[in-house]
Amino acid sequence: MRVSVEYQALAPIIILLAAGVLSVLVEAFIPRTLRRPIQLMLALASIVLAFAYVVINATAQLAGELITNGGQVKGLRQLAASDAVAIDGPGMVLQGIILLISFVATLLLAERQIDPQGDAFASRSSTLPGSEDERQFTAQGWLQTEIWPLYLFCIGGLLLFPVANDFLTMFVALEVFSLPLYLIASMARRRRLLSQEAALKYFILGAFSSAFFLFGAALIYAATSSVNFSTVAVAMENASSDGLIIPGIGMIAVGLLFKVGAVPFHQWVPDVYQGSPTPLTAFMSAATKVAAFGALLRVFYVAFGGMRWDWRPMMWIVAILSMVIGSLLAVTQTDMKRMLAFSSVAHTGFILLGVISTSASGLSSTLFYLLAYGFTSVGVFAIVGLVRDASGEATHLSQWAGLGKKSPLMASIFALFLLALAGIPLTSGFVGKFAVFTAAVDGGATPLVIVAVTASAIAAFFYARVIVLMFFTEPPVDGPSVVVPSAFTTVAIGISAAFTLLLGIAPQPVLDLVINAGLFIR
Amino acid sequence: MLLTTLMLIPLVGAIGVFLLPSGKEKLAKQVALVFALATLAASVLVVLGLENTSGGLQHVESYDWIPAFGISWTLGVDGISASLIVMSAILVPVAIIAGWWDVESSRQGTVKGYFALILVLETLIIGVFAANDLFLFYVFFEAMLFPIYFLIGKFGGPQRAYAAMKFLLYSLVGGLFMLAALIGLYVVSSRELGNGTFDFQTLTTLNIDPGTQKMLFLGFFFAFAVKAPMVPFHTWLPDAAAEATPATSTLLVGVLDKVGTFAMLHFLLPIFPEASKYYAPAIIALSVISIFYGALLAIGQSDVMRLVAFTSISHFGFIVLGIFVMTSQGLSGSSFYMVNHGFSTGALFLALGYLVSRRGSKRIADFGGVQKIAPILTGVFLLSGLSGLALPGMSTFISEFLVLTGAYAVNPTATIIATFGIVLAAVYILWLYQRMMTGIPSKEVEETVTEISKRELVAVAPLLAILIVLGFVPQVALNVINPAVEQVQTYVGVTDPEASVSMEGSGS
Repeated sequence: MRVSVEYQALAPIIILLAAGVLSVLVEAFIPRTLRRPIQLMLALASIVLAFAYVVINATAQLAGELITNGGQVKGLRQLAASDAVAIDGPGMVLQGIILLISFVATLLLAERQIDPQGDAFASRSSTLPGSEDERQFTAQGWLQTEIWPLYLFCIGGLLLFPVANDFLTMFVALEVFSLPLYLIASMARRRRLLSQEAALKYFILGAFSSAFFLFGAALIYAATSSVNFSTVAVAMENASSDGLIIPGIGMIAVGLLFKVGAVPFHQWVPDVYQGSPTPLTAFMSAATKVAAFGALLRVFYVAFGGMRWDWRPMMWIVAILSMVIGSLLAVTQTDMKRMLAFSSVAHTGFILLGVISTSASGLSSTLFYLLAYGFTSVGVFAIVGLVRDASGEATHLSQWAGLGKKSPLMASIFALFLLALAGIPLTSGFVGKFAVFTAAVDGGATPLVIVAVTASAIAAFFYARVIVLMFFTEPPVDGPSVVVPSAFTTVAIGISAAFTLLLGIAPQPVLDLVINAGLFIR
Repeated sequence: MLLTTLMLIPLVGAIGVFLLPSGKEKLAKQVALVFALATLAASVLVVLGLENTSGGLQHVESYDWIPAFGISWTLGVDGISASLIVMSAILVPVAIIAGWWDVESSRQGTVKGYFALILVLETLIIGVFAANDLFLFYVFFEAMLFPIYFLIGKFGGPQRAYAAMKFLLYSLVGGLFMLAALIGLYVVSSRELGNGTFDFQTLTTLNIDPGTQKMLFLGFFFAFAVKAPMVPFHTWLPDAAAEATPATSTLLVGVLDKVGTFAMLHFLLPIFPEASKYYAPAIIALSVISIFYGALLAIGQSDVMRLVAFTSISHFGFIVLGIFVMTSQGLSGSSFYMVNHGFSTGALFLALGYLVSRRGSKRIADFGGVQKIAPILTGVFLLSGLSGLALPGMSTFISEFLVLTGAYAVNPTATIIATFGIVLAAVYILWLYQRMMTGIPSKEVEETVTEISKRELVAVAPLLAILIVLGFVPQVALNVINPAVEQVQTYVGVTDPEASVSMEGSGS
């Protein structure tokens, strides 16, 4: 078989991976003091360029027929790299979302004004926490610029993950974005032991879930003699026995549900969100979730779409558990980052409603939710990173008391994000929830929606509690304050807040976009 | 554009007040008052522009908002909503004048913030009464919570944070059930029409099967019953009303709680006629319970503000009773009751607020003998109290009478029981009067209580005047309300039952 490589369709992925390689070379050949600005420029430029290519590809496809069955469209094929990658409407939307979020997260990673010692990452992650070496490197102002190549590879992997059209490509993408995340998660500047513990947990559990994914893919291959999604789908319809298929679907689901952080595969979420450097938490909670849900959607809509009657009951249980346990445990948290982590688990449950619908409206509403949630989540963690005292971030809830009086603007924006997470009308979160719930009711999942609404009510309580804490309680005497960030973080928070409001008040253009994106190519 | 403009006036005022420099408190109050009065003038124009011959929606305007979900910015009023809008537009300037010195700038909130919030609230109140897209209604319904939340939470009594939170959570939970029902309704409409819609008039044409209707009805009803509030979803109201400032309580009980009963009348009956009829007996029973429970608890209160809050729960029982008997007298009685109750409870809250702010205590036992010291204030209290117990000659009597007459034709048992609620009303009002106003004033009362000031009188006098005028010429209001009531009856497909009382009396 002649291997075809459609460079233009694959351009966004190639650009990011190439930038990653370049970034390694920068580390090798550029003097230490110049590395950071060059790396930052490289990252931003590659993200912008990749986004431009996503737009070009999308325009090209819109100019031709929107959905073709893998046929030739204006010199661009929806299936690229010998059917290993599917650059279709939803795929491009997902890539666009990931790139937008990455752009904002890059600004957060670049911030070095809020911590007097430097950026959010350890000066030298190879030094022992608390050691004399660490002290010296910190005093000399070293920066661990190696995060940048890791970060770029990670985005490259994320871009490939939701457009991968066979299980092996998807697995490769999974590893490409996971490994850098494991590493960067261990590199927090403050509370390094917590950070390293989180990274180790993430790595071990992540490796475990990857193994599940791979094993599932092997079982599917055994049953259908293919790893390609559309071939698998056809073969499943004709398969005589489910003996290998059902376990295969289950194991692949475990691998993907781990990445999205659904109950019962959520145990890593609070630890990793809490321990990681906050800019990375922001990135992970948004971009990784979008990519993982993109992959989950593609696998369960395309490859396992015909088997929906078999996997739906399982997904129902996972969705219900995620919503209920996520919301309930969030109520009991006393740490801001852990609370937001459990809230993220609950949101995973909400988004799963869109996956369960397996309909056009289910797909488009999930895409909208991902965009809305992604920006809100980045924004929320960006502000969490700003509330600090002498020892670093002040994440205990009691330390947030009275913040609304100390810095009303930041507290108001934070309240906006919380309201969006709670799904209050006129915020993006509400429109997202509304879209997903509507799709679910339409798909016959009314009981799930009732659970979702109840979970939203529980969730509203803990979000409201934080707002009350910020605005209606007296600040503690030696409490933390909101650090004034540099332009990077300010712009990042501004973009996130703008999207959160805009998608709440005038969501129609984006709704048009996700609806016109059409269906996954088969 | 008339209704959108009407909403914009207080909103512009709120922004203006908020942008004023924080030192200029007097100016902030004056600007707020000017905008509130301008809104009142514009709202009168809305009512004058109504064609009284038609009960359908008027002044309709509709613009696409989120076409992907069939959501539009659709405003329109009928006689009922228009009269409620005017009632709100009267109460807002009254609350501003009465609350002139209610708040001082503190770390919690500023004076200009207080008045800006009241104006924001007015915008949303007009929106919620005028919205005829269910989604838009839901948005206003939820958005209203926030100004109220801050009004209670920032400017209230010692327990205000607790009361505000309780209010918010009750309302949010109710709202979420409504959201679930709203989504269900949307899906039903998209199955039947091909394109989902939230447009009220389109939704009334749907043929929803009875099972689905009942489910959706319950979702909406729960939200509205929390809002109204009806027993057993009422416990937030006494806390909120007792902790808020009197002006906020006036708006909260006088206007906001009407949203629940208004929505039952305006949305539930026309969209879910079958389900409304199915659940009517149960809801009537619940409303009778509300009447008694509210009245009995009012009698037992030792805090004046809580007492008024419980009397309102009793009054809401009457309103809901009138709505769900679905006779023309019951419906127009309830609609008129909503308007009257706004004025009457408003007057009561204000009069008691004057007393409480003088004495510095909300305990009934701390008063006594006020009539010797402040006869005019006592008179104001007595008049508002009498309208609260529906004395003939006051407009509240007309509406209560209409509700009971309308209800008797449908459900005599419930009506007869409900009638005893009037007796209890006399008890809670007159006993309150006896304890607070008669007797020998204690030393504290003599020292603190003074006669009503000119400003306070200006605030409360219009309310009393309206109550008395409408008591003698109720047709002014009923002429506006009745066509809309007929329209509601058409939607539900009910007609008034034949007068069967005399038939039974002369029966074979």
